[in-house]
Amino acid sequence: MSHAREDSATYDARTASELRRARITGRALPLLGDDIDTDRIIPARFLRSVVFEGLGEHAFADDRAALRAQGGLHPFDDPARAGASLLVVGHHFGCGSSREHAPQALYRRGLRAIVGGSFAEIFFGNCVSVGLPCAQLSPADLARVFALTSQDASLELSLDLTRRELEVGAERFPVSLPEAARVAWVEGTWDSTAELASAAEETRRVARSLPYMNEFLTETVD
Amino acid sequence: MGKTLYQKVFERHTVRQLPSGQHQLFVGLHLIHEVTTPQAFSMLEERGLRVAYPERTFATVDHIIPTRGLTRPLADPEAEAMLAALERNVEASSIRYFSQARGENGIVHVLGPERGLTQPGMTICCGDSHTSTHGAFGAIAFGIGTSQVRDVLATQTLAVTKLKVRRVELYGRLARGVYAKDVALFLIAKLGVQAGVGYAHELAGEVFERFSMEERMTVCNMSVEGGARVGYVQPDSTTYDYLEGREFSPRGAAWERAVRYWESTRSDADARYDDVVRFDASEIEPVVTWGIHPGQSIPVGGTLPAENGQGRENLREAYQYMQLEPGRPLAGTPIQVAFIGSCTNGRASDFAEVAELILALRRAGKRATVAPGVRALAVPGSQAVRAELIQRGHAAILTEAGFDLREPGCSMCLAMNPDRLEGDELCASTSNRNFKGRQGSPRGRTLLMSPVMVAAAALTGVVTDARRLMEGPA
Repeated sequence: MSHAREDSATYDARTASELRRARITGRALPLLGDDIDTDRIIPARFLRSVVFEGLGEHAFADDRAALRAQGGLHPFDDPARAGASLLVVGHHFGCGSSREHAPQALYRRGLRAIVGGSFAEIFFGNCVSVGLPCAQLSPADLARVFALTSQDASLELSLDLTRRELEVGAERFPVSLPEAARVAWVEGTWDSTAELASAAEETRRVARSLPYMNEFLTETVD
Repeated sequence: MGKTLYQKVFERHTVRQLPSGQHQLFVGLHLIHEVTTPQAFSMLEERGLRVAYPERTFATVDHIIPTRGLTRPLADPEAEAMLAALERNVEASSIRYFSQARGENGIVHVLGPERGLTQPGMTICCGDSHTSTHGAFGAIAFGIGTSQVRDVLATQTLAVTKLKVRRVELYGRLARGVYAKDVALFLIAKLGVQAGVGYAHELAGEVFERFSMEERMTVCNMSVEGGARVGYVQPDSTTYDYLEGREFSPRGAAWERAVRYWESTRSDADARYDDVVRFDASEIEPVVTWGIHPGQSIPVGGTLPAENGQGRENLREAYQYMQLEPGRPLAGTPIQVAFIGSCTNGRASDFAEVAELILALRRAGKRATVAPGVRALAVPGSQAVRAELIQRGHAAILTEAGFDLREPGCSMCLAMNPDRLEGDELCASTSNRNFKGRQGSPRGRTLLMSPVMVAAAALTGVVTDARRLMEGPA
């Protein structure tokens, strides 16, 4: 394990500055709707791959095709939204499957942060893992942000995780998010492997103390 | 003040508190499959890391595996690449692999319990949201993403946020013809698909105590559909009876000690819960979903809700996609496909219930064959389940009735293999998700229900209250 720890430390030193996600600035991609599941974000057939590369173009593939067939235009296909980097979503975004492919697809599509009503738990954890900040707005503020960003595709947004604030043009809205995730994104420490590996000795101690790891010779729970 | 099982097992597995406030948690059992792991192994390799505790990880192939005509290389080159990557990775890291070549494969959440790998008082992770299934044994079991799979492989630990605990109590008795799947769908309809976010659900009360392990697994499996990443039932004699004698279960003197440990993990009588909800089991009827998430359901005898009913939801999108109308009954709606299987309802007891229905109909002199124009798939959750169906004669009953009995896999639950809906086919399904496009066709439509209700729909060709099947003329 010791040589492995050094390798991971080197890896982290190389990328630490690139990993900080304190402030994300760009235009908005508003996507109305609640309970948008990860099967819609990235349909299962695109998971038939051993790499994450190339997922970006398939984000919302079926929703986009369905709208096109009806003569509509999905926000992800709207030329006015090309290059947008902040996704605005409703409630319980990312429910369903644990596929990390969902945030991977959004990130690889060029999105760098998500603001919305609320997020499903596994999806949120995966967004921590891929360095894609998610922040929550109150229902009233979310409605206002949807209204502002739907009207004007050129509007500049800035999500400031240090100040816990979203700027939309001249307006400011408070955002909330779990502190551990906020710190991980701001400080660029969201890639957890090296930190976890640094406690290898404590891990071995806990492993040895677990009943099912030692023929149940230590048995009680305090 | 007493503690819950969640608190006890969490504390026992805590390596340390991290500076972020999260906890570093030891993972007792890590289950892996071909879809969410190739990138995790690649990341390890990039960083020059090795699998830290290979003896605590177990692998199988389930999502992409064809359910018939399995020859290598697989016809789908992408599926073949994923299977080959899994085989390479488990070989290089000395991970025990339940392979299709040796006839050991199965859906990861069916396989773990039946091998005795899943045990009370453990922490269990897998790159799959339905890992909550294993909570049926009194384990803390939850789904993780691929980067977290990397962390578990590299360190056997994870950075996790401690959940709150909600006691979900079901008292009274279930009516005849009401199954564990109905309980799961009922709870989601009552609580909402988001209520469980931030919570572990402790499923408690008489109904869960009387439930078999298979029934407990069905409800814990669906916890995540109600937003709760973790659902669990306290371990008891039902749990221990199930585990005794299984391949990875403790034996001899260790068995006695194991039961003592498992007993000690049970929630204390004076445990403090962050929330408690109680429901009367006698209220529950057979449930069918009609919409595009598992919370959109009605009792099979009910009518579809108004488009702008209560709550935050606008149901128009669901109605448009499902081609259904508010105010109408769902019963009588023609289906084109029936699917019995998945980690929710792909165990031997699920197929046994269907076989019993078919036998009862036959005994009553009624037609018991799949309706014309319906494709009916029966996909066992594992090779062991399949062998049991054959041995008990249930396979023959299902086949004679017109079900297409396949080899095990996730199959049409999420259609990563060749089994899928075509066009806008409507499928009565025992799986767990009715999301848009979930069963492989971007316009495919899913109605979730219990295995017996799916069988009733398959035999009649329409959504049917299975309890009514025995009534009326032959």
